[in-house]
Amino acid sequence: MRLLAAIVAVLALASPALGAPQTSINDVEGEVMCPICGTLLELAESPQAERERVLVKRLIAEGRDKSEVKDALVAQYGPAVLALPEGKGFDLSAYLVPAIAFVVAAVALAFGVARWRRASRRPGGEGPAAAKGPSGDDAERLERDLARYDL
Amino acid sequence: MSARAFLAFLAVCAVIGLLGFGLLNKGEAKIAVGDPAPDKVLPVLGGSGQGSIADYRGRWVLVNLWASWCIPCREEAPVLDRFARRYGRRGVTVLGINVQDNSDDALAFLRENDVRYPQLRSIGDERSAAFGSTGVPENFLVDPQGRLALIWRGPVDGEFLRKQVVPIVAAHS
Repeated sequence: MRLLAAIVAVLALASPALGAPQTSINDVEGEVMCPICGTLLELAESPQAERERVLVKRLIAEGRDKSEVKDALVAQYGPAVLALPEGKGFDLSAYLVPAIAFVVAAVALAFGVARWRRASRRPGGEGPAAAKGPSGDDAERLERDLARYDL
Repeated sequence: MSARAFLAFLAVCAVIGLLGFGLLNKGEAKIAVGDPAPDKVLPVLGGSGQGSIADYRGRWVLVNLWASWCIPCREEAPVLDRFARRYGRRGVTVLGINVQDNSDDALAFLRENDVRYPQLRSIGDERSAAFGSTGVPENFLVDPQGRLALIWRGPVDGEFLRKQVVPIVAAHS
C-alpha cells in the first residue's frame, strides 16, 4: 500500500513536468502579428496586442505547441495573424516571385558577362581591349587642343 | 518584334498583372447609401448557428461593427441595447458584428455590458473591409429591402439614434 502511495505521489509530482508548455510566449510573439496594429506581436504595445498575448499565454498554459497556438490564432483572427504568408494560393507568390526574380537576374547576369567577355576577346570588338586612340585628323586636333591648354 | 523583346514584354505584363491582382485583393470596398448592404453568412457569436443581415429582410437593421478592446464600443453597447429593446416592436433590429477580436473577449464584453441583441462574428477584419471600415465602432442602417440607408463611421449615442436613425425609420414606415 505504501509502495502504491509512493508511486501515486511520484506521478503527481511528475505530471506538471509532463504537461509543461512546449513553447513560450517569446517563441510565438516573433512569428505572429498583431493584425489590428499591423506589426509583429513582439513589437506591439496596444491594448489589442495585450489581449492577443493573454490568449497566447492561455493557449500555452493549456499545453499547446507552437503550431497549435498558431492554428488557434488563425481561427480567431484570420490568416493575417501569421507573420509569414501561407505557402498556398496567392500568398505563394510571396515566396515564388523573389526566387524566380533571383534566378532570372542570375541567368541574365551570366549571359551578360559571357557576352562581354566574348566581345572583349574578339579583335576589333567592343570592350576595353578594343579601345583605340584617335587617328588622323582627330589626333592632330587633339594635340592642338592639348597644347592650347598646356600650362 | 523579336522573340526576346516579346518575352520581355510578357515578363513586364506578368509583373504588372501580379501587382494589380495583389492591390485589388487587398483593396477596401467603397460603399454608399442606396447600395446593397455587404452581407455574408457568419457564425453566431457564442452560438452554434450562422446568420446574416438577410435573415432580417423586411425589418430595419442597425448593423454595429464592434470589438471588445474598443473603448467607445463599451460606451455605445448599452445605448444600442436599450434602442434594440425599445424599437424592436417597431420593426428595428440591432445586429452586432464582432470584428478584429477573439471570441472569449467578445463574449466577456457582452456579459459585462448585458448586451442581448443578436451577434455575429467575423474572423479577422474581413467584414470591416467589406464595409470599407476604417475602425470600430461603425454603424450602418439597412432598410427592409437590404439597402444601406445610413452610414455612420463612429460610435452612436442616444441623441444620434433619436435624431438620425429614428426619423429615417419613421419616414418609411
